[in-house]
Amino acid sequence: MPVRRIAGGMTPRLRAVAVGAGCLLLALVFGVLAVGGGDYPMSPSDVVRTVLGGGSPAEDFIVHELRLPRVVTALLVGAALALAGAVFQSLVRNPLGSPDLLGFTQGSAAGALLVVVTGGGSAALAGGAVLGGVVTGAVIYALAWRGGLHGHRLVLVGIGATAILTGVNGYLLTRGRLMEAARAMLWLTGSLDGRGWEDVLPLLVAMAVLAPVVLLGCARPLAITEMGDDLARGLGVRVQGLRLVLLGAAVLLTSLAAAAAGPVSFVALTAPHLARRMTRAPGPNLLAATCTGAALLTGADLAAQRLFAGHQLPVGVVTGVLGGGYLVWLLAAQRKAGRI
Amino acid sequence: MTQTIEHGISGHGNGVAGMHDDGPRLSGSALTLSYDKRVVAENLDVTIPGRSFTVIIGPNACGKSTLLRALARTLRPAAGTVLLDGRDITSLPARKVARTLGLLPQTSVAPDGITVAELVGRGRYPHQRLLRQWSADDERVVRESMEATGVADLAGRMVDELSGGQRQRVWIAMALAQETPLLLLDEPTTYLDIAHQIEVLDLCARLHEERGRTLVAVLHDLNHAARYATHLIAMRDGRVVAAGAPGEVMTADLVEEVFRLPCRVIDDPETGTPLVVPAARRRTESATR
Repeated sequence: MPVRRIAGGMTPRLRAVAVGAGCLLLALVFGVLAVGGGDYPMSPSDVVRTVLGGGSPAEDFIVHELRLPRVVTALLVGAALALAGAVFQSLVRNPLGSPDLLGFTQGSAAGALLVVVTGGGSAALAGGAVLGGVVTGAVIYALAWRGGLHGHRLVLVGIGATAILTGVNGYLLTRGRLMEAARAMLWLTGSLDGRGWEDVLPLLVAMAVLAPVVLLGCARPLAITEMGDDLARGLGVRVQGLRLVLLGAAVLLTSLAAAAAGPVSFVALTAPHLARRMTRAPGPNLLAATCTGAALLTGADLAAQRLFAGHQLPVGVVTGVLGGGYLVWLLAAQRKAGRI
Repeated sequence: MTQTIEHGISGHGNGVAGMHDDGPRLSGSALTLSYDKRVVAENLDVTIPGRSFTVIIGPNACGKSTLLRALARTLRPAAGTVLLDGRDITSLPARKVARTLGLLPQTSVAPDGITVAELVGRGRYPHQRLLRQWSADDERVVRESMEATGVADLAGRMVDELSGGQRQRVWIAMALAQETPLLLLDEPTTYLDIAHQIEVLDLCARLHEERGRTLVAVLHDLNHAARYATHLIAMRDGRVVAAGAPGEVMTADLVEEVFRLPCRVIDDPETGTPLVVPAARRRTESATR
């Protein structure tokens, strides 16, 4: 398609695929390093051999039961959060429109905290997170609906919901006993510690179903919708149907990611920005954002495990520091460039 | 006026002479148009003649843009139906309508960092499939659309670097790339200086005359409307006050009725079409200032 090549260099689509592939490769390298580390160190080649089924029984157990679930969780949570973040940012046409700022994450947190305070187990906690996120999503959607869904209303209602839910969550924390409150705080920070296959399975299924729907079916109409509702309808996009599908998918992915790893901060906000800077392509850049998110969270978890010898950090601390730092750097760079 | 018929929809060329007798038919009957509870128009009937260059005029907030949005099915009427080739437009598949009827809204947002060629290429959306995303045909149409609007030289430029006039021509190119026999334009000349306004209107006239497209535009400038339209619709307070050829519709009485503006209507020395000259303010009125 020479028309698209006029700008010079790679076509935007090829560039997006290259960025996606590069990030995925990076995520895999991080993953192999993460699986290889710990009390029983393994070389990268041993890790790959064991994953492919050629390890000793001990290695098999360590890799498949102890370490791989955590890496796969990081990979999927990062990808799901980034995809949801890119969708939200595009839907509300606001680069800050991530699920952390629109109330969906707080909804998941409220559901999870409710379970913790009432003394539920970890499976119930995950269920609470999903239910809280989905219910919050439905309420925000209903409140923001006015003969159709509009970005700015979603932002306003979402900010209101965030404020209310933050208050509710604070109250729930004070209601819990000390042990429960400590467990809740760890969950709220976002952690991948001790994740097993049963934690990751729901998210895996959701990603297997929703990622193709969103990436293949919705990316192009979503890019068109960014140019304005009327124009998109004129081009034959069913705008409201598209928004409903995308919002539903993004809320589900956010909730399931929170259920698997807690409300890991800043990945949903940062990954799409990073992806856009790398692809330099207009539009929501969903595929590149998804892969960037996977690399970001596997990398952050690797750092969380290795940064301080003998002392693991919750991954949410790393993503918070990295994401916040990136945002500040971005603002400073834009200021220098005279854009803000 | 000769017309090459590129996009005639078969079954409607019924052989009746005259330039408004074939091409796609767009009409609204008994339309009630409203935003939430604010009713803009009630029981509105309107017909866009096939192969016409129809211009809708009227004072601010008379419902002309709302009517255009309803005709383009971006606003769902509270009551009544919009008919495209005799069928309820809401019952037709969205993509099929998008291959027949194009819309250039008043405000559209060019995505950050998009090139002219890419933006124009997005007009091909209704012609593309999940598995057949970009064809030689798309390529050709995009090139032709950019040539027709004089933006081919800008193909690799970023849209946000362009001047207002260039940008408007890029948006029109995008609408052209949609390859629809019907094209609806909402105030295509707003925010443009007079030279760019004429440039855009000349382009519209060429599309209408040379390519046989049916155009519907909302315009503010009465003299432009009278000069370029083959069919004029005058609205006030959500009603169609008059419709017909500009020479018959654009009279001093009508302008006074529709705009509450006393005026004279003379012949345009350039084209012979009606030219509206607002009456001078009365001497006594200016004396009080």
